[in-house]
Amino acid sequence: MSRQNFSALSLLWRGLSRHGGWREQWRKPEPKAAYDAIIVGGGGHGLGAAYYLAKEHGIGNVAVLEKGWIGGGNTGRNTTIIRSNYLFNESAALYDHSVKLWEGLSQELDYNVMFSPRGVMMLAHTVHDIQVFKRHVHANRCNGVDNEWLEPEQAKAFCPPLNISSDIRYPVLGAALQRRGGTARHDAVAWGYARAADALGVDIIENCEVTAIRRDAGGAVEALETTRGVIRSHKVGVSAAGHTSVIMAMAGVRLPLESYPLQALVSEPIKPIFPCVVMSNTIHAYISQSDKGELVIGAGTDAYTSYTQRGALHINMHTLDAICELFPNFRRLAMLRNWGGIVDVTPDRSPIIAKTPVPGLYVNCGWGTGGFKATPGSAHVFAWTMARDQAHPINAPFTIERFRDGYLIDEAAAAAVAH
Amino acid sequence: MLIIVCPFCGKRPEIEFTYGGQAHITRPERPSELDDQAWAEFLYMRSNTKGIHAERWRHARGCGRFFNALRDTTTDHFVATYRIDEPQPQIEQPAEPVPPP
Repeated sequence: MSRQNFSALSLLWRGLSRHGGWREQWRKPEPKAAYDAIIVGGGGHGLGAAYYLAKEHGIGNVAVLEKGWIGGGNTGRNTTIIRSNYLFNESAALYDHSVKLWEGLSQELDYNVMFSPRGVMMLAHTVHDIQVFKRHVHANRCNGVDNEWLEPEQAKAFCPPLNISSDIRYPVLGAALQRRGGTARHDAVAWGYARAADALGVDIIENCEVTAIRRDAGGAVEALETTRGVIRSHKVGVSAAGHTSVIMAMAGVRLPLESYPLQALVSEPIKPIFPCVVMSNTIHAYISQSDKGELVIGAGTDAYTSYTQRGALHINMHTLDAICELFPNFRRLAMLRNWGGIVDVTPDRSPIIAKTPVPGLYVNCGWGTGGFKATPGSAHVFAWTMARDQAHPINAPFTIERFRDGYLIDEAAAAAVAH
Repeated sequence: MLIIVCPFCGKRPEIEFTYGGQAHITRPERPSELDDQAWAEFLYMRSNTKGIHAERWRHARGCGRFFNALRDTTTDHFVATYRIDEPQPQIEQPAEPVPPP
């Protein structure tokens, strides 16, 4: 089945025929008995990895196994913030690789992922914040990542709803702005990668949960037992976000991960008022406005590990307190929806994209509360790692062994919060 | 918000408590004798159980004391709370065995 391309002409043509001729964006194949490679987890990271395996490494006989449906996990639950202004060289390289791929992704996939580099502004509320953010600005400039310091008046000019008066509990003392940062449509990222991977021959198999990992006499991966039968492959990449520990335990691999609920919520839709993304790590609020007009608000993680895909109410209230103080205009808005996703957090808040002690088993995990921004870059280097059985230079530092060897990439300490 | 039973004070709301992570992880008696892998196991590796999880809590804004709890991480239902000098209660769905540090 050939892929239907999108263009102004094709949209007009289909419109004239009452949009009757659109086909499904990807097939619903039965799983084959064996594949050259299998990705466990059909989120953006996993679908992207399958796409790059087929596109850049010539491995088209690939399956993506998803226990639920495409776009139903964290890919559809995040607040869609994209930025790369991380402190350490390793992180800057990884996240900026991703931002560069975001910039051309709609063209690459022939699918509008609505990447909108509207600027991400991170607020400083204390002297410590100012010092940390200025350090980030300088470190980023050394790494070729754009980031600039704004005084409160400049921050207000960039984001007019912002309250910069000095009589609030945590006054805005300045901000760091990454203009290349922004947002994208999260569902479209999953759908775009799924469609593009499918066109290259990748089988996307939904409602297929992995229940066991079979290994041969030498310990290498041999097959996966799933709710849709046994599927053989000698190359398995696990990209399962909050459930990574559960999957990897099937192969006897322990990881430095803990899974927490992370919540977000959206307001009723209003006319365009909010031109950028604003983050405040110190008082824990993240906000932008979607193209539908809803204010998209991110809260923090719960204090305890959980797989419930919910979260405690007081966590949201804490974030809404901060939003109401920073943006008094929004105090009367009703919140429409609230949900949670399960994020896998590492001790240093940096991801793991690596080979594992089990031959043929690879893992892409530990993205914690900030994985969406990394989707294309993470998928790209994970596919490289799986195809060549060695790390791409960008993900070479992001091993499991860094916790044994003491080479942490400590963005946890750099940002002082999860991010 | 959860209602948590402190073994000393009884039922209290979740915001009175702080979470202390996986329970029954013993600090090695002679850390200098461990190799790097064993030390990393103690510091960083966690069971991250989906199911009944043995974990530490502290009634920080109450009596201030540590205790242990068994909680189902798929529902957040507290199966039991117990003092740190008491053994882990045996229940039908056992928690994953705690690996040696």
